[in-house]
Amino acid sequence: MITNGDVLIEVKDVHKVFGNSLHALNGVSETIRKGEVVVIVGPSGSGKSTFLRSLNLLEVPSSGSIFFEGTDITSKETNIDMHRQKMGMVFQHFNLFPHKTILENITLAPIKVLKKSKEEAEARAMELLEKVGLAAKANAYPSQLSGGQKQRIAIVRALAMDPEVMLFDEPTSALDPEMVGEVLELMKELARDGMTMVVVTHEMGFAREVATRVIFMESGEVREQGSPEEFFGNPKDERLKEFLSKIL
Amino acid sequence: MLQSFQERFYLNFIADDRWKYLVNGLKVTLTITFFALIIGVVLGFLVAIVRSTYDKTGKLKILNLICKVYLTVIRGTPVVVQLLIIYFIIFGSVDINKTLVAVMAFGFNSGAYVAEIFRSGIMSIDDGQFEAGRSLGFNYAQTMFYIIMPQAFKNVLPALGNEFIVLLKETSVSGYIALEDLTKGGDIIRSRTYDAFMPLIAVAVIYLVMVMIFTKLVNMLERRLRNSDH
Repeated sequence: MITNGDVLIEVKDVHKVFGNSLHALNGVSETIRKGEVVVIVGPSGSGKSTFLRSLNLLEVPSSGSIFFEGTDITSKETNIDMHRQKMGMVFQHFNLFPHKTILENITLAPIKVLKKSKEEAEARAMELLEKVGLAAKANAYPSQLSGGQKQRIAIVRALAMDPEVMLFDEPTSALDPEMVGEVLELMKELARDGMTMVVVTHEMGFAREVATRVIFMESGEVREQGSPEEFFGNPKDERLKEFLSKIL
Repeated sequence: MLQSFQERFYLNFIADDRWKYLVNGLKVTLTITFFALIIGVVLGFLVAIVRSTYDKTGKLKILNLICKVYLTVIRGTPVVVQLLIIYFIIFGSVDINKTLVAVMAFGFNSGAYVAEIFRSGIMSIDDGQFEAGRSLGFNYAQTMFYIIMPQAFKNVLPALGNEFIVLLKETSVSGYIALEDLTKGGDIIRSRTYDAFMPLIAVAVIYLVMVMIFTKLVNMLERRLRNSDH
């Protein structure tokens, strides 16, 4: 059993090379502990999304290793599907299944992967839908929802698997401005409930308010990290100062 | 030449029970189409899976190569030639049911086209769908089966329906191996009555009606599957 403060994910000297020249990750080592809300910021092309996607092996590192709950998931012997069940992921473009209703979107994996009964999965899904205020949409199709609603459903879909950690890959970047708030609000609620979260985002307000730790990435490396107060109040890295001056 | 319509109709279809050439021919045509369709879809589906798995993951290299050779050969040669080769060369020294030969020839032929239709459908689905499936803990096959395939199938249904229509009409060359399908049946009547108009127009009308019915069925299925798009 993992309790707060225990190491959940350990990344050791991970490199990722696309093609044979583009170094997206350049030796990243990082530890994510249970209960942390880690926000990763950085300019586009800095490798932050690649880093996040490598945590559940959607991007397979070129070298280095990643441990999840003590298991080396980059090892060939590891069944990655088993571990992904415990790592919820939320994408920039939601990636809801358009041919399934909202309820089916949420219950598909619990039923087929976790082998829950349909009743049990649906009860849990409805409970989560109530929580995010979208129970009325249970039988709608994704195309009938607004962007903000879609992203909240995507979060619920990941939560229905009862994950140990939630990975967010720019969850509000594809949303209309007036819909960003509802998604961030839900994410804050998750953080308050103690969910371990790794979030790649451009929402500095969210980082300031919710993060327990902020990481700045540039050129595939972690250049600086610290508590939000330190990070925003007293940045040391030159590139980070420049970055912050441009976006704040 | 001034025979009345009724007389010509009687001569071509009623006399000597000549209508039976059309009815029996139609049975042969439908039998070939039906079984070739099944072979084509199954074969096409398997080839598409191999090809897209290779495209996505780089696995199944040898199988992919075999599939590519199959596609190149089948799509690069006329179906009549394939039919003749299967009948006269591959089964040249065996006494084999001609309908079976036609089913194989058209099935293998159709499979190549269906494979590329399925593959284009699979590749048309956004990678994000695949990633969403995998991130929830589905393995590759489950993601394909529950998430990618249903969407791909819906996307390719019009193309697939079209391929089936092409297949139905293509079986009309079965006469090359002296198989008495619908076209051959009409042609036999023509050779007996020396009247080309009646039997050949009748054959054309029968094909047309079948294609129209089939188009209607595909459209109905399409509409049913589209209920998730608004």
